[in-house]
Amino acid sequence: MKTHKAKRVVITIEAIMQKRLTNALETSGVTGYSILPVLGGSGRSGAWSRDGQISRANGMVQVICIIKPERLDGLLDAAFDVVDKHIGVVTISDVEVVRAERF
Amino acid sequence: MADIFDLAATNLLSPVILSFVLGLLAALGRSDLTVPEAAAKAMSIYLLFAIGFKGGVAVAANGLDATLVATLVAGLVLSTVLPFIAFGMLRVLTSLSRVDAAAVAGHYGSISIVTFVAATSVLEGRGISSEGYMVAVAAVMEAPAILSALWLVSAGGSGRRMDGELMREIMLNGSIVLLVGAFFIGMITGADGLAKISSFIVAPFTGVLCLFLLDMGLVAGRGLREARGVLNFGAVAFGVLMPLAGSVLGLITALLIGLSPGGVALLMVLSASASYIAVPAAMRVALPEANPSVYLTLSLGVTFPFNLTIGIPLYVAVSQAMTGG
Repeated sequence: MKTHKAKRVVITIEAIMQKRLTNALETSGVTGYSILPVLGGSGRSGAWSRDGQISRANGMVQVICIIKPERLDGLLDAAFDVVDKHIGVVTISDVEVVRAERF
Repeated sequence: MADIFDLAATNLLSPVILSFVLGLLAALGRSDLTVPEAAAKAMSIYLLFAIGFKGGVAVAANGLDATLVATLVAGLVLSTVLPFIAFGMLRVLTSLSRVDAAAVAGHYGSISIVTFVAATSVLEGRGISSEGYMVAVAAVMEAPAILSALWLVSAGGSGRRMDGELMREIMLNGSIVLLVGAFFIGMITGADGLAKISSFIVAPFTGVLCLFLLDMGLVAGRGLREARGVLNFGAVAFGVLMPLAGSVLGLITALLIGLSPGGVALLMVLSASASYIAVPAAMRVALPEANPSVYLTLSLGVTFPFNLTIGIPLYVAVSQAMTGG
């Protein structure tokens, strides 16, 4: 089966910033993304778990989007404006998709 | 003095406080006891609706008086001013940076609605009446402290802006909308409305509060465990002294306005309590460089348990002594 190259961007960010991030992504032309809850973790800001949070606003989420390679720079600029000073991780990986017209 | 000890002992051995202690101990002992997130959310909706509704019904029954506006304005001023006192105390007692101190200060100007709910439960248990509109005062006191905290940071040189979206999120956060909305429903429908739903919002109230505080104990215990070593002696001292300072300011203000003994106690509780839901969320957006472990642990791990166990009976006893109620 023929496959097409794409970029998979995973942004782990505080739940309180989720709406701001997805708004920025949509403005930069991203047409689709998925949001997953994060159960817990550990990093520069110390260990945390979703169970230990008093409200969802204090938890973290992962925003995953798969885009055409030529859209990557625009997406990263938009995302960086939001995540710059906040706790979070941005990773980019090469993936292949089956239906290129969807991205 | 004997009254204060008596009230403190009664409060400490109430099902509500013992449920909180159970949660706290379970979390500190690493038990796998959890309250599902959705259940905790449902209970908080129930409590906010019930307390708002009952407040509205009380206003409908007693009518609006001149002290309403004065108390609302007082709440607004207290919430604005308290962060400055907290900030000064933090600069003396701790070595926190200006940004961290301002973020913590914002929490202490705002309020903890759960502490407020627990205090109304204690007042009801002792047959002390209070002004129904204190619910609206609680809602008014949520947000101004956030602006004070941001001003404290910008006055230190680093420009900080409050964007419109953040302001909308703060003013229309779910807790405020539900509390104020239920208050108006209670005020419009009055005693007839209460009679229709009292079996739902009056009788089970204390039981639901027990379970909710069990969850709060679990959250506070886990927070304390995860944030071990974050707070030094000065910060913990602040977590106990600031509510006392706030309650004195609340007491003086309430006496000047002429509130009832219950109203005085509730304004003291509101001034003494620290936010751990609305303000942390706002601080994460507006002051991301402030350390959340510091303000959450102080507010939820030190001040909340202090107010719940020692603070509330103390404030109630002082208000009774000062008003002769």
